[in-house]
Amino acid sequence: MTALRNAGQFRRVAPVCHDIAVGGTQLGLHDSGVAWWAEEQTLVVADLHLEKGSSYARRGVMLPPYDTAATLERLAMVIDAFDPARVIALGDSFHDAEGSDRLPAPYRAFLTTLQLNREWIWVTGNHDPVAPVRLCGECVDEMTLGDLTFRHEPQSGPQSGEVCGHLHPAAKVRRYGRSIRRPCFATDGNRLVLPAFGALTGGLNVMDSAFASVFPPRRFSAFMLGADRLYPFTAAKLIAD
Amino acid sequence: MTATPDPTCLPDCFRAWFKARGWTPRAHQVALIEQLAQGASTLLIAPTGAGKTLAGFLPSLIELSDMSRRKPGAARGDRGQGVHTLYISPLKALAVDIARNLEAPVAEMGLPVRIETRTGDTPTHKRQRQKLVPPDILLTTPEQIALLLSDPGGMAMLADVRTVILDELHALVTSKRGDLLALGLARLRQLSPKVRMVGLSATVAEPDDLRAFLMAQIEPGKRRLSEMVSVKGGAAPDIAILDSAERVPWSGHSARYALADIYSLIKAHGVTLVFVNTRSQAEMVFQDLWKINEDTLPIALHHGSLDVGQRRKVEAAMASGQLKAIVATSSLDMGIDWGDVDLVINIGAPKGASRLAQRIGRANHRMDEPSKAVLVPANRFEVLECRAALEASLCGGQDTPPLRKGALDVLAQHVLGVACAAPFDADALFNEIRACETYRHLDRSTFDKVIAFVATGGYALKSYDRYAKLKLGPDGLWRIANPKIAQQYRLNVGTIVEAPMLKVRMVRSKAEGRKTPLGRGGRVLGEIEEWFVEQLTPGDTFLFAGEILRFETILENEAYVSRARATSPMIPSYQGGKFPLSTYLADGVRRLIADPKQWSQLPGQVRDWLELQRVKSVLPRRDGMLVETFPRSDKHYLVCYPFEGRLAHQTLGMLLTRRLERLGAKPMGFVANDYALSIWCLSDLSLLIDTGRLSLDALFEEDILGDDLDAWLADSSLMKRTFRTCAVIAGLIERRHPGQEKNGRQITVSSDLIYDVLRQHEPDHILLTATWNDAAEGLLDISRLGELLARIRGRITHTPLDRVSPLAVPVLLEIGREPVYGEAQDAILAEAADDLIGEALA
Repeated sequence: MTALRNAGQFRRVAPVCHDIAVGGTQLGLHDSGVAWWAEEQTLVVADLHLEKGSSYARRGVMLPPYDTAATLERLAMVIDAFDPARVIALGDSFHDAEGSDRLPAPYRAFLTTLQLNREWIWVTGNHDPVAPVRLCGECVDEMTLGDLTFRHEPQSGPQSGEVCGHLHPAAKVRRYGRSIRRPCFATDGNRLVLPAFGALTGGLNVMDSAFASVFPPRRFSAFMLGADRLYPFTAAKLIAD
Repeated sequence: MTATPDPTCLPDCFRAWFKARGWTPRAHQVALIEQLAQGASTLLIAPTGAGKTLAGFLPSLIELSDMSRRKPGAARGDRGQGVHTLYISPLKALAVDIARNLEAPVAEMGLPVRIETRTGDTPTHKRQRQKLVPPDILLTTPEQIALLLSDPGGMAMLADVRTVILDELHALVTSKRGDLLALGLARLRQLSPKVRMVGLSATVAEPDDLRAFLMAQIEPGKRRLSEMVSVKGGAAPDIAILDSAERVPWSGHSARYALADIYSLIKAHGVTLVFVNTRSQAEMVFQDLWKINEDTLPIALHHGSLDVGQRRKVEAAMASGQLKAIVATSSLDMGIDWGDVDLVINIGAPKGASRLAQRIGRANHRMDEPSKAVLVPANRFEVLECRAALEASLCGGQDTPPLRKGALDVLAQHVLGVACAAPFDADALFNEIRACETYRHLDRSTFDKVIAFVATGGYALKSYDRYAKLKLGPDGLWRIANPKIAQQYRLNVGTIVEAPMLKVRMVRSKAEGRKTPLGRGGRVLGEIEEWFVEQLTPGDTFLFAGEILRFETILENEAYVSRARATSPMIPSYQGGKFPLSTYLADGVRRLIADPKQWSQLPGQVRDWLELQRVKSVLPRRDGMLVETFPRSDKHYLVCYPFEGRLAHQTLGMLLTRRLERLGAKPMGFVANDYALSIWCLSDLSLLIDTGRLSLDALFEEDILGDDLDAWLADSSLMKRTFRTCAVIAGLIERRHPGQEKNGRQITVSSDLIYDVLRQHEPDHILLTATWNDAAEGLLDISRLGELLARIRGRITHTPLDRVSPLAVPVLLEIGREPVYGEAQDAILAEAADDLIGEALA
């Protein structure tokens, strides 16, 4: 694959995505948890929460220090597969404001190679309100491209074409007396909330009251992440925690 | 019971006290006084009602009375300012109860002895005062000992402890609390080298284990044992198996068929304890008894999930003789004196001979009179199990579990506690810990890994050194990096990690057509496991606190329920017995089945059942294993009879389905009970075996415990639950505290995610080792499974049949009642998603 890319002769076919419309713009949802805007060759990823482990370690909770590596490896795989011209990181890319400063040198180098040859947008989030230090990329509070607006936290009230993260949506279904809970995309056709991509990030059930101001009750869909596909459900099929 | 009054060892006031009551000191009480006078740690084994607790305290009371006499005016005389005797019990209620019982003789003899308790409920100001002015006798729990030892003030308080009394030692040592206790005792021995340990225990299978537990194991290769005083059991108990005219069911656990008989037994006796194995069984039996309670006998319910206030009420009513019967789980198993009980009814299988003996012991606290008990088997296999237990009880057979190996997560907690008290030297601490019988096996490199874990998380990637909690000083001592760490430690002490619980609150029902939001502020009925509530959807009904409830919703950390109109609950919450069948009883059951000569003791219908099995199939042999294969509707079944308990069978089922999958037999699922395991497949198993394409010897080969086990465990939710417990005990993730629950369900880092990351990046991490040890010992029962596979090698009898055999019926009836395993999550998701498509096309 890499050889092909270096040869620069082929544009690979992008991986299979589940196409949906957000505010009239076609976006592809991928089972890795990223969104793909083919028209703009733009990859959207939310809530990386890099350096979450070390953020906890600072206050004596020694979580495994492998979360950054795990997240970046998965991100690299996705970037390899899509070869995007632009990447938008939808905020909370680092778990705290000093996270980018703590980023160990090897990971910094690795992340920099991922940024080569493409535009990279850091949208700020509540965990990382400032621009990351010693890293490439442009830092914005929000960004509008075509009919879509990219920001970290969904604004209250109906919004057309808003693509955001922040909520770490997860959905739960029950069958045969067993329940299964997975991260998911959530959308009502106007707005899209992406699942958190980071390795140590949990999820918030889309039936939680926090989603009440984001989607009209029961009038949205969840696309649960599966092993190699997405599983779509209407909200009526989902259960609360 | 012979009594040996010994004038030399009892001071006058004690003799006068005994005499005034018309008592004489019992032989074991005198023996214990003598052993302790010589400075020897001693194990006292005695049945319930033998005056065990008084025996434990007598030596201390004598010493304390003596000291005060020698130095009039100075009550605590020459022994410094510390506690003289520590009493440690597994239950804080027991500590409080004993304190009350001890006050009487102390007051009556006019002894200047101060007795106080210290538990999680003791107010802070009282704890502070105890450190300044320690009592002579302190009654407490293992967690409190750990807390005291992690603090210089607490250390001073315990610096010259002379005697440590460990009550219900047989129960304490079977859990991680026993590990915490063992480590604490090792500390105490360092603080006060002459301390004597007194273990009080019910009869156990291996008394030497407990004797070794009481001693410092400082001689390599030699097991040091404490002295032992044992009291032979009093009158043999009078045990019967309920002889019901009703039909004994093939399967199930409700014992509903016997309710009328149970009710008449309760009516005919003064006070009856009705023991069951699980909380939901307790709920069911209680509910059913009240349905037929025409005389409105005062029958109460007692189990660990009920609201504490409600439990205390039941206990008080029992103690004051207002109740006719209590339906209870093991929450009533231990120690506390309930006054006179005339009959114990044990519903369901006893699961272990020792467990049964201890329950029956509750029937009478006067050991010279026989305890009366009736066993009520809930199904046919349980009839066999009850029979085996009855025989064990007649010959005094014991099957308490062997001493456990000390857990590494508890060790990590202890290491941090030690550092909180004072800087420590790793070599010295290692030697101290190895002196515990339960940590004898610990090697130095594992110990060093534990220290590294406490300091920085113990990861191969050394990125957290600058955040280290423990730092090695230039003096070679480890110390905590800052005082905050000690505060954190104190909030996380203990080994009991409860499954996340939700309060159950009664509200008015939504279903009554009201449009207003659910009312708040109804009464709290108790607590229930979060995972159970998660399975419910609003409107589902279930049994709790003696009522049929309708689930309404979850709000914050509370489950809202309303009173249901339904007559039977929709959701069966039976999760199988908590305790798997003991190896000892399993052998008894196998022996009974294999030997028709013994069947004469069984009820006719059970005899007929076994006879039918002999005709239609074959009887399982005592040493081998029977495997039956037969077709039924459109599937093919394999049923085997290992008799090794539900946990081992579930593990085996999980592994066999993986193997059968690889062999192309297309397994669809399995179900296990304590006696048998059934797997169903799409392929014709009889044919596969007959044509040599499937070899049972190869299927049950011991190597199944290798790669297959590893692969399955990788994604097992059981391992994740176990990991969570280990991570909390070891201090990797913090406990939830009251007040934090509100948002705790959302913000705490999920231990499942940590588990996944660790497995992937550091599979040798000490916490994964601890998790594996726990699972192998407990939930997976690997060792028992290993013994089974070795036992049956070359001894598998295969019988292909046309239809289900009589013996296989019970386990097949469990299908649909017990959770069925072996379905891949993604397959379920796909099906659920396809439903939607079907709906759309319709």
